[in-house]
Amino acid sequence: MKIAIASGKGGTGKTMVAANLAFTLSQTCQVTLVDCDVEEPNLHLFFPAPATVADVNVAVPVINETTCDRCGICGEFCQYGAITVLASRVLFFPELCHSCGGCTLVCPKSAIHEVPKRIGTVTFATPLPRLNLVTGYLDAGNPHAVPVIRAAKKAAENDNLVICDASPGTSCPVVETLDGCDACILVTESTPFGMHDLELAVDVAERLGIPAGIVINRSDGQDQATLDFCTNHGLEVIMTIPFDRGIAAIQSRGDLLCRVRPEWLKAFSALYGKCCALAGVD
Amino acid sequence: MIRLAVISGKGGTGKTMITAALADLLPGTLVLADCDVDAANLALLLDPELIRTEPFIGMKSAVIDPAVCTACGECEMHCRFDAVHAEGDAYRVNPIRCEGCAVCVHVCPVKAVTMQPRQTGEVMYSQTERGHLVHARLVPGAGNSGLLVHAAKKMALEQDRDCDLFLIDGPPGTGCPLISTISGVDVVLIVTEPSVSGLHDLRRVVAVCRQFRPQILVAINRFDLDESLTDSIRKWCAEEKIPLVGLIPFDAVVIDSVRQGIPVTRAGASPAAQAIQILKTNLKQELTHYNNKR
Repeated sequence: MKIAIASGKGGTGKTMVAANLAFTLSQTCQVTLVDCDVEEPNLHLFFPAPATVADVNVAVPVINETTCDRCGICGEFCQYGAITVLASRVLFFPELCHSCGGCTLVCPKSAIHEVPKRIGTVTFATPLPRLNLVTGYLDAGNPHAVPVIRAAKKAAENDNLVICDASPGTSCPVVETLDGCDACILVTESTPFGMHDLELAVDVAERLGIPAGIVINRSDGQDQATLDFCTNHGLEVIMTIPFDRGIAAIQSRGDLLCRVRPEWLKAFSALYGKCCALAGVD
Repeated sequence: MIRLAVISGKGGTGKTMITAALADLLPGTLVLADCDVDAANLALLLDPELIRTEPFIGMKSAVIDPAVCTACGECEMHCRFDAVHAEGDAYRVNPIRCEGCAVCVHVCPVKAVTMQPRQTGEVMYSQTERGHLVHARLVPGAGNSGLLVHAAKKMALEQDRDCDLFLIDGPPGTGCPLISTISGVDVVLIVTEPSVSGLHDLRRVVAVCRQFRPQILVAINRFDLDESLTDSIRKWCAEEKIPLVGLIPFDAVVIDSVRQGIPVTRAGASPAAQAIQILKTNLKQELTHYNNKR
């Protein structure tokens, strides 16, 4: 069972839901939590523990200037503008490279080979006896989040119960996180912003064919518009968390709602049950 | 023209609310761009009147002609993005995964693959009370958000280059859309919040900004929700020599104004609106200072 937590809008409480769901499940079974918000990963703040680190590398081309005859075919082929061939030398812009390997394939002189380049890291920790935490980190200034997300998810591919915390948004990092998950939880808030972005997130889940359930966070009772939206789209609201300065304070200092207020364990257990129902498993 | 981007690292700290209020308060001529193209919300507060919409064509994407494909599998073998899979008697490209590299076109022995342009979003140009607004909409699940950010910024700069201020509502995160947003801007205002996540993400986004050399400013939203974490952020900013230009309290009026679709500074006198007035005054000073230095 793989569950993704996503939202469209940032700051709705994805990480809070992911952390508490994993904490709850770890009371009774083995669970792996994967932080796929590799641009700004936060789950480790809620589960401090010693971690081992592995580099995430992508392949980038190196051009042998003595074999290269500056024919320009690689520069013409590269769809990302990462290679510019001048009369006397070849310029390579690594931040534009998508590591497709095309330049090595098209070079008639076999003057290009690939070497690994680090773009981020994946760390592994066991903060609780039955909880593994895998965190992807994108190196500062690197634009390519997707390969780091892929590496973090791969580290958990053989685990039975996996929870993936996505980044905000609706573009490629979110698609990469949701891909292959059995169900997704979309966390929203009852404001026009929350609603606008929920609609986009629902669209992404639908395009990927992943069943989605809605969590309304920081509810101040004015949820009717969100509830109507869910009814119209055949979506179930699988949890509502009230607005409460106490809950906000627990979260902001890096603690867990279910640890401080164990009465919430039952609600997060029920949330897991709803996810299983969405995914069609017992 | 000064180019100012409001960003945050962590999502949901209040970028859009603050951008709309600053648009309302800052003097001079303005052009606005919403560069959070994944989930653009600024228009919801500015009551824009649409002038025109332009399609956004991102990277081309590969298409396999099933009538020509011999199902040899070379394309799947060479695709690094796991975008090509067998489907019946032919192979098919998943457009959501395709990054447009064209390696499959190169390796196909029967020329069954072509690169086709694909609309992955649209850019909208509107009139608001405070100037023109450019906002964009990415097709949900599409890639190229960094390119779309670039297209939105370009439209604003081409149409309104004579404005005093180019005010950008940025995306969360530190990746491709954020880098595209801050490249070429003069000043970034980072909106953070007093939480362990807020501080952690602030440090990371500052590290990214420093690779681009804009002047960095910080404001703390909902600062009173955890005064001790607010102190930690204040201390960190002082150590890093980053001016702290605003402290906005938690205020229910903020959510009310979002529900009304107006900047909080238009929703009557409130503690949040008052704090944003002070933020504006500090910001104006920093911008004048920046201009003089330039």
